[in-house]
Amino acid sequence: MKTNENSRRDFLATTLLAGAALAGCGGNPFTPDEVTDIKPSGEMVKLLSVDGEIIEVDKAFLKPVPEMPSVPNAEARIGIPGKKFAMVIDLSRCKSVKKCQSACNHMHHIHPGQNWIKVYPMQESEKTAPYWQPTTCMHCDEPPCVKVCPVDATFKRKDGIVLIDSDRCVGCRFCMAACPYSSRVFNWEEPQIEKEIADKPYSCETSVPQKKGTVGKCDFCPDMVRQGGLPHCVSACPNGVFFFGDILEDSVTNGAETFRFSDLIKDKSGYRLMEDLGTKPSVYYLPPVNRNFPFENNEKA
Amino acid sequence: MEKLAENKIVEDLLPQKFGRQGQIWVVSLLAVCALGFYAYCRQLYYGLEVTALRDYASWGIYISNFVFFVAISLVGSLITAVLRLTDVHWSTPLTRIAEIIAVSAISFAGLIIIVDMGRPDRFYNLFTHGRLQSPIIWDVIVITTYLFISLLLLYFPLLPDLKIMIAFKERNGKWLQKLYEFLGSFWKNKPEQFKITDKAINILSITIIPVAFAIHTVTSWLFATTYRPGWDSTNFGAYFISGAFLVGAGGVLIAMYVFRTHYKLEKYITDDHFDKMGKVVVLLALVYLYFNINEFLVPAFKMKKSEEEHLMGLFTGEFSPIFWFAISASMLIPIFILVFKKGRKPKWAFFAGILVVVGSWFKRFLIVTPTLLHPFLPMHDVPKSYTTYIPTWEEWAIAGGSLAGALLVITFFARIFPIIPIHETIIETDSHEKA
Repeated sequence: MKTNENSRRDFLATTLLAGAALAGCGGNPFTPDEVTDIKPSGEMVKLLSVDGEIIEVDKAFLKPVPEMPSVPNAEARIGIPGKKFAMVIDLSRCKSVKKCQSACNHMHHIHPGQNWIKVYPMQESEKTAPYWQPTTCMHCDEPPCVKVCPVDATFKRKDGIVLIDSDRCVGCRFCMAACPYSSRVFNWEEPQIEKEIADKPYSCETSVPQKKGTVGKCDFCPDMVRQGGLPHCVSACPNGVFFFGDILEDSVTNGAETFRFSDLIKDKSGYRLMEDLGTKPSVYYLPPVNRNFPFENNEKA
Repeated sequence: MEKLAENKIVEDLLPQKFGRQGQIWVVSLLAVCALGFYAYCRQLYYGLEVTALRDYASWGIYISNFVFFVAISLVGSLITAVLRLTDVHWSTPLTRIAEIIAVSAISFAGLIIIVDMGRPDRFYNLFTHGRLQSPIIWDVIVITTYLFISLLLLYFPLLPDLKIMIAFKERNGKWLQKLYEFLGSFWKNKPEQFKITDKAINILSITIIPVAFAIHTVTSWLFATTYRPGWDSTNFGAYFISGAFLVGAGGVLIAMYVFRTHYKLEKYITDDHFDKMGKVVVLLALVYLYFNINEFLVPAFKMKKSEEEHLMGLFTGEFSPIFWFAISASMLIPIFILVFKKGRKPKWAFFAGILVVVGSWFKRFLIVTPTLLHPFLPMHDVPKSYTTYIPTWEEWAIAGGSLAGALLVITFFARIFPIIPIHETIIETDSHEKA
C-alpha cells in the first residue's frame, strides 16, 4: 500500500527533477525535444525533492504534469483503500443557487436538461416550513440499484462509492426503478459531447464520456478525491452547503471549513433521507434551522 | 362428442391451406410486423430517444407488453398440465391451442425485453457478467426453462400426428413433407414409444407447474423487489399469477372461436367446450378480482402519503379512465356475461374473451407506468416532457408488431400442424365408444 501511495509523489518529483537537470546540462539525451529552446526566466521556485531536500528550480523549466492517467476500470471497482466517503449537506445554507448542478453538469458533460444533482423545493406538509434540498446519489451502504443490476455494471466500492461501468451497462433500467431517490438518469440518445471527449475511453471514476443507452448518476467525483481534491459540487457551491470527507478520518470539509464529522452530525442533528427503507445512505443532511437565507422559490411551477 | 369415423376425424383435422380470409389475415399481420420492424430500426439508430420513455417513466408499454406476454403464456401450463393432472378430459382438444399460445407468447416476451434494452448489442453481458442476485437473471433462467418445457409439451403429443400427416405425401407438398419427416419419421406408433412419451409428458406436466408459477412470480418481483408505491407489495406474486391464468384462459376462448369458425371444427370444439371454458374464466376472474381488492383496498384504507398520490391517480386521477376500463373489461363484464348459461355460447364467450384480453393488456400498463410517475421525491429539475408518458408511434408500432408476430406464429403453426390433436381425438372417441 505504502509504495502505491508514494509512487505518485515519486512520479511528480521525478518529472520535476528531470526539469531541474535541464538547467545544468542542455545536451541531456533524455531531454524531450520540445523543451530544448526554453530560456531560463531567472525566477526560481523552491521544491521538495525525492530525498526530502529543498531544491530550487527555474520557473521556466516547470512543466505542468500531464493529466494523471485515471486508474484502470478494474482498480476503479475496488476503490481507494482505507477510506469511507460521506457527504454532509447543510440545508440551512442552501438558497438554490444551483452552482453545484451547473458545475456537475459541466464536468460530467451531462445531456442538456438532465441533472445528476437536483435541488428540490421541499415542504413536508402545509404548515411546515419550505426549504431547498439538493440531492446527489446517496451512495447507499445497502444500494438497491446494485442489488438488482443483472450484469454488475453498477457496483459498490470498499470506500463506499457506488459507480457505473458504462461499458458494461445493458440499459435495462432496473436500477432506475429500484432507486427510491430518483438519482439515476438515462442516456436516451447519443450524448451531445465534443468529439475529443466522446472518443476517450470510458472511466468509471470520471463517469466520462457518457454513452448512449446506458445509465448515469452522481459519482462523488472519485477522480478528484484521488487527486486530493473535492467533488465538483462541493467546490462550486458559493454558500458552502456541501461537506465531503472520510468517515474513518471523521472529518468533512467544504473547502473553507472543516468539521469533525461526528460532532457536526451530533450538534446539528444530522439525518439521512428515507431511513426507514434501510438503504443506509452515505449522504447526511443538516436540518434547515437558523438559516442563512429565507426560502424564495422563483422557479416556474 | 358424436360418433366419428377415424378417417373422417383425420380428414377434418388435417391442416388446411389459407383461404382468402386467411391470406388477408396473414398479409395484414405481416404488414403490422413490418411497420414494427421499421420502427425498431429507427430505435436502434436513434436510441430509446424515439420512445416517450424518460428518466421518471423509464419503463413503458414495452415492459407492460412483456408482462402481458408472460402472463398469457401461463395458459399452456393451465390447460395442458393442471387439467391433465387432475384427470379432466374435456380439455384435450384445447391442449395444442393452449400450448402454441404459450410458446409463441413466451418467445415474444423474450424478444420484447431485448427491444426495451438500451444496449441490445450487449445482450451477451447477461451471460458473461450475469449475477444471480438480480431478479432479471432469475427471469432469464425461468423463462428459458419454460420455453423449452413448453416446446417439448408441444412436440411430444405431435409425434403420432406427424406420422398420420406423413402419409399424405401429395397433399403436403415437398417442403412440408420434408419438415414432417425431419420432425417425426422415427415415430412408428410402437407401444414402447407411447410408453416413453406418455411418461415424458407426465413428467413435463408436473415440472411445468412450478416453472410456470416461477416465470410469473419472478416477473412480478421485477416490480415487487423495489420500494415504490404500487409495487412494494407482498401480494404481487399471487396477484400476477391469478391475472395470468385469467388472460390466458381469455386468449384460449378467442382462439377456440376463431379456429372453430374458420376451420369448421364445430364437431371438435363444441358448445360444451365454450360452456366449460366460460366457467373456468368466471372462476379465474373472481380469483383475480379477489387479489385486486387486496391490492388496492388495503393500501387505500390506510392512504399512506407515498401511496396516496399513486392510488388517487388510478381511482379518480389521470389514469382513472384506463383503470376503470381495465377492471370492468378484464373482470366485471366477463364475469357478468359468462356467469349466465347463454353467455357461455360461443359468440358471447368469444366477446368475453376479447374483453378479458384487451382489458388485461391495459391492466399491465397500469401496473408498470403510473407507479414510475409517482416517485418518492417529487418530479423536479427535468424537462416538462419527462413528467408524463404518452407512448410514441414507434412504441405502438413495435408493441403492435410483437403482438402481430405472436399471432403470426400461431397462424403458421395452425397452417402446418393440426391445431386439434388428431391422434388424441381418435383415442378419446374410441374410449367414449367403449364406455
